[in-house]
Amino acid sequence: MSKRVAIVGIGTTGFRATTPDVSYRELTYEAATKAYLEAGIEPKDVDAFVATSEDFLEGYSIADEYCPDQLGAVLKPIYSITGDVIHSLASAYMMILSGIGNIMVVQGLSKASNMLTLSDMVTFAMDPIYNRPLKESPHAVAGMEMARYMYETGTTREQIAKVVVKNKRNALTNDLAAHGVLIDLDYVLNSEVVSYPLTQMDISPHSDGAVVMVLAEEETAKALSKKPIWIRGIGWCSDTPGLETRNWGEAIYAQMAADMAYKMAGIRYPRKEINFAEINDEFSYKELQHLEAMRICKKGEAGPLTEIGGTEIGGEFPVNPSGGCLGVGNLFELNGGHTVLEVVRQLRGETGKNQLKNVTTGLAQSWRGVPTTTGTVAILSN
Amino acid sequence: MELTEKMVANSATKLSAEEILEGKVLSVKWEPKLKYAWDNGPAIGRYLAELKNGKIIGKKCDKCHRIMIPPRMFCELCWVPTGEWVYVKDTGIVNTWIIGHVDWKAKRLDIKGGVRPITLSIIEIDGASKGMGILHHLGEVDPWKIHRGMKVKAVWKPPEERTGSITDIKYFKPIK
Ligand SMILES: [Zn+2]
Repeated sequence: MSKRVAIVGIGTTGFRATTPDVSYRELTYEAATKAYLEAGIEPKDVDAFVATSEDFLEGYSIADEYCPDQLGAVLKPIYSITGDVIHSLASAYMMILSGIGNIMVVQGLSKASNMLTLSDMVTFAMDPIYNRPLKESPHAVAGMEMARYMYETGTTREQIAKVVVKNKRNALTNDLAAHGVLIDLDYVLNSEVVSYPLTQMDISPHSDGAVVMVLAEEETAKALSKKPIWIRGIGWCSDTPGLETRNWGEAIYAQMAADMAYKMAGIRYPRKEINFAEINDEFSYKELQHLEAMRICKKGEAGPLTEIGGTEIGGEFPVNPSGGCLGVGNLFELNGGHTVLEVVRQLRGETGKNQLKNVTTGLAQSWRGVPTTTGTVAILSN
Repeated sequence: MELTEKMVANSATKLSAEEILEGKVLSVKWEPKLKYAWDNGPAIGRYLAELKNGKIIGKKCDKCHRIMIPPRMFCELCWVPTGEWVYVKDTGIVNTWIIGHVDWKAKRLDIKGGVRPITLSIIEIDGASKGMGILHHLGEVDPWKIHRGMKVKAVWKPPEERTGSITDIKYFKPIK
């Protein structure tokens, strides 16, 4: 039997729309200090570190070289993943399984407020020869996907708007969230159109913050933590990048990533065997599309489930009790770090007013945002 | 099969810069707008503010006793918050340097035509711990007379021209 790996410490700064008082260094330092304190370790006890960075978002070429200091990782084994924090989690997990070490650290950061030309940066991710000359807005990609998803599933505009209302309300009682507000369906439906059917309220605002977690192999985990959170399954997948050839209605990348994680965790009936999920809702409709892709709902059933309150904190299958990207903020490469953080907090019973009852298994999912087709999934149990 | 020069000549498409510039082949011009407003945080923020005052400030680690520039809020080696702020001198010694014949855009300088080579240096600052220094230019010196351990001092811009930037120091010049 394979070794078991647990998260034995997790630290965060919380998430704010801006963080003008600190640099990225102090942000990560705070999250790392908290994570190490919780795990009862010092950086010298860590066998290897995996950071997460995207050069264009950081504004540094080879941004990974700027990661060691604030993790206590100077002159230690460290590398960065250009992807989502759950990719980094997978990398650290594999290092433990392969015997490279017993204690690993995973880091993610968002300084989204420092990017002044985000739209241009995302457009720069389009194919330069046959997409960029058309000068489309990055939100065009989300709008087209939303339209196709609604057509294929019969999901209504109101059902999608309900996701925004729910997540922004959940964020109001989450001390870590930056964008909680109390609004009704009409407020969302009447907000300014960006790329029809996508409106301004369907798009997550940004946040800054950092998350650092400590992973340990079973024996070490039990010695370090009274509440280890076990990584039972992990998966990742990328669809073709082509805007012309990708599947616009279904998030196949999320389906395949989830299937990989389910297989590892021995999960056959995700809706029954998983109690709740923190999933990517960078655009409102993505929450529903991702739920269906991961077989938590059948195709076309995520909207109706949301409409009757089935995904609320007291619902049958709570989704994004933290408030998700819509309520906490879009954290870019840190989005997966945030979903893992919230699943860990729920499984330990540390989320205060947003605490779910009797939860033993949660799903953390992420997506790399437009224009990507890359998804990640982690299944965690207490 | 071995790749020969003839095979490459027969298979490769040769393009001149002119053909691209004249639009004879499909080309795409795209200037990315990448703008950032980095938050400096308390350490680098004060470092820059003090440069505007004509001073160089560091921060001390109470555990390893290093006086570090640029200052930082935590010691990356001891993993503890740093302690007091410490002003260091604006003098130091040359650790290493170059006599640069190309500029930062990799353009060759007309050295024979009288353009001064770029003399970028790492300067170990007096009052800071060993290994702590400033990357800056050397000036008022014959590039070929720069030597390891040469004593230098900052030449500051006049106060009204300083902006809170590393360029508030124009360069470092030799002193006795
Ligand atoms: Zn120290």
